[in-house]
Amino acid sequence: MKLKKIGLALLAAGVLVTAMPAAMAELTFPMLSYRTGPYGPNGTEFADGYADYLTLVNERDGGVGGVKIKAPECETAYNTEKGVECYESTKGQGSLIYQPLSTGITYQLIPKVTSDKIPMHSMGYGRTSAADGKVFEYIFNYPANYWDGASVIIKHLLDENKGDLKGKKIALIYHNSAYGKEPIRTLEELSKKHGYTLKTIPVEHPGQEQKSQWLEIRRDNPDYVVMWGWGVMNQVAIKEAGNINFPMDKFIGIWWAGSENDVRPAGEAANGYKAATFHGVGSDYPVFKDIQKYVKDAGKAAGDGKNIGTVLYNRGLYAAMLAVEAAATAQKMHNTKELTGAQMRDGMENLKVDKARLEALGLPNFAPEINVSCANHGGPGLAAIQQWDAKEGKWKLITDFIASDREVIDPLIAEDAAAFAKENNITPRECK
Amino acid sequence: MSPDLLNVLEVILNGLMAGIMYSLVALGFVLIYKASGIFNYAQGVMALFAALTLVGFQTGQVPFAHVINAAFGTKLDTWGPGLPTFLAIILTMGVMVLFAYLLERLVLRHMVNQAPIILFMTTIGLAYFMEGFGDLMWGADVKTMDVGLPSGGSTWLESVTAGWAAEGSNYRGMYIDVLDLWAAGVAIVLVISLTLFSQYTKTGRALRAVADDHQAALTVGISLRTIWIIVWSIAGFVALVAGIMWGAKSGVQFSLSLIALKALPVLILGGFTSIPGAIVGGLIIGVGEKLFEYFIGGMIGGATENWFAYVLALFFLMFRPQGLFGDRIIERV
Repeated sequence: MKLKKIGLALLAAGVLVTAMPAAMAELTFPMLSYRTGPYGPNGTEFADGYADYLTLVNERDGGVGGVKIKAPECETAYNTEKGVECYESTKGQGSLIYQPLSTGITYQLIPKVTSDKIPMHSMGYGRTSAADGKVFEYIFNYPANYWDGASVIIKHLLDENKGDLKGKKIALIYHNSAYGKEPIRTLEELSKKHGYTLKTIPVEHPGQEQKSQWLEIRRDNPDYVVMWGWGVMNQVAIKEAGNINFPMDKFIGIWWAGSENDVRPAGEAANGYKAATFHGVGSDYPVFKDIQKYVKDAGKAAGDGKNIGTVLYNRGLYAAMLAVEAAATAQKMHNTKELTGAQMRDGMENLKVDKARLEALGLPNFAPEINVSCANHGGPGLAAIQQWDAKEGKWKLITDFIASDREVIDPLIAEDAAAFAKENNITPRECK
Repeated sequence: MSPDLLNVLEVILNGLMAGIMYSLVALGFVLIYKASGIFNYAQGVMALFAALTLVGFQTGQVPFAHVINAAFGTKLDTWGPGLPTFLAIILTMGVMVLFAYLLERLVLRHMVNQAPIILFMTTIGLAYFMEGFGDLMWGADVKTMDVGLPSGGSTWLESVTAGWAAEGSNYRGMYIDVLDLWAAGVAIVLVISLTLFSQYTKTGRALRAVADDHQAALTVGISLRTIWIIVWSIAGFVALVAGIMWGAKSGVQFSLSLIALKALPVLILGGFTSIPGAIVGGLIIGVGEKLFEYFIGGMIGGATENWFAYVLALFFLMFRPQGLFGDRIIERV
């Protein structure tokens, strides 16, 4: 009798163990985040937004198509070597998408994710020509890339100058790194088209001392200063611009130089500073009520809740939303709940987020509509301009989403992607 | 005068001011190295920690709030409107003294008679510990440093010098940040105070005795442990001053610890054991790197300041390995 009972128990345990994988099915979205080190303040906000949205989907909707999302977090400290280690240590967990939040890490992971068939989404950073899906099968950078950002900034300046920038002087102050150098070629091409003169002024990492650069700007007295900075470089630049009385409404940063962290240390002097953005600002969207209810009030927020609604929190949330939508698309396409990296790639290539969908997600008009395709991994390439109101202590959108200059950017993307394909013996795939 | 010449003068002036800022960081290194032979890798992090603590007191932040909240489900944030700046500075100094005391009790006394490289590695560990501890205690967000110091271009200097250039040259006048002038004033007061302290006080003389010869100082009854606490406390004070000045420029955030990188060439050039050396070294590095960037930088792509400071320091190293004002290295067989 005893033996029979033991046998039954073993059988039951066996059935349970066999049934486990199905019951425990999860979609794994590893988070290569950085909450420590010199760029920690920015990395924390993005990571909180990313994690909170995934928690919301798990808590409110029961996951994607009923499958919960697992988001193992690995600290990169914005260090490329650590980022690669994080990738290697998490890729075996059934990982479906990587968002490394670092151009350096992105460059290192491009060959790795391609060979491992795991898609990587470098949203608004990374290698710009990855927008060419024929060459970069597993890399995506929608909804906008650096060259879109540069072009949209110039378009905004054109709008301010009745379509004429001839004879204007524009200075680009940039982080002296692969990231900071990304817009130079585009701005040079656009200067030929629009007749402005471009001066490039590099700032060495981390950018705590910029006296020479701002003395140079003061001497040259350009009409506009465009900034490609990150971390402490932004805060110092905005402060120095205020010190030399450079008009803040003529100082425009890329979207990585447009967070609350960048402007607050300069106080009132930062009033009027502008930055590009590819998503909405603030927390006046219905989704934040759900975040409050299902995430923050439930004690499941990734941080202390202070960051909710900040620029970088919203960006993290947006990145997570796009990943979730891509996973849902992939599930429908392949009629399966559990996904592989290749299937997730298909979901990302067929991602469509229109106005109605944004509204349904509680994010009405938060971002432009997105249509990704096999050939176009870069999305619509639209961006808006936001401006800092120091009195109210918040960013305000001052333009609609503006289309970038495809006439200039598309040939640059094609040229750079072709060069990459040649260097790496890649035969561009056919896209129907 | 030609605008070009005035521009060079402006670059030199701003180089001197930048040099003072570097010296403020270098002073902390010198104090500890002079008294204990330890190259304190954690000096930059000490400046960060002191600045974080000061802002925490000023804004009434509850220390370890997010750790407590996560552990007990509380919603602690601030305990009130915060303290007046002067009181916050005094309390921060108290925290730095407490830090020095604990460091001596828990770490340094166990390291007596260890090789310099072991002590150096200890300070590397200390730097990482303090960075994490500061994060836990005050959070990682960027904070605004406001101790009431004025900043922005000096309108007086600008208006006075605007007329120096030839008419029609559109010269706007010389630029200097008022905050830098304050930093220069603070550095001068700091150096004079430290010199007077070491020359004319009993404790100061004891510090010099320990710096000269540990063994001899011990034999005349000077407590090495007390001296270490005093030295690390003074270095903590210097770190607080550096943290205030640099934090006022960039906000208080974790990259503040990287200001130590700007102090290294100053130390190599000025010498690790000389307080005046830290000042003169800072001035030479500041002016040298700014002039190089002005005249040569543009031809070679710019952003030369970080590496040129080290090249300049290495150049001096070839002729005076102990630095301009460092103690002469005498090896006897």
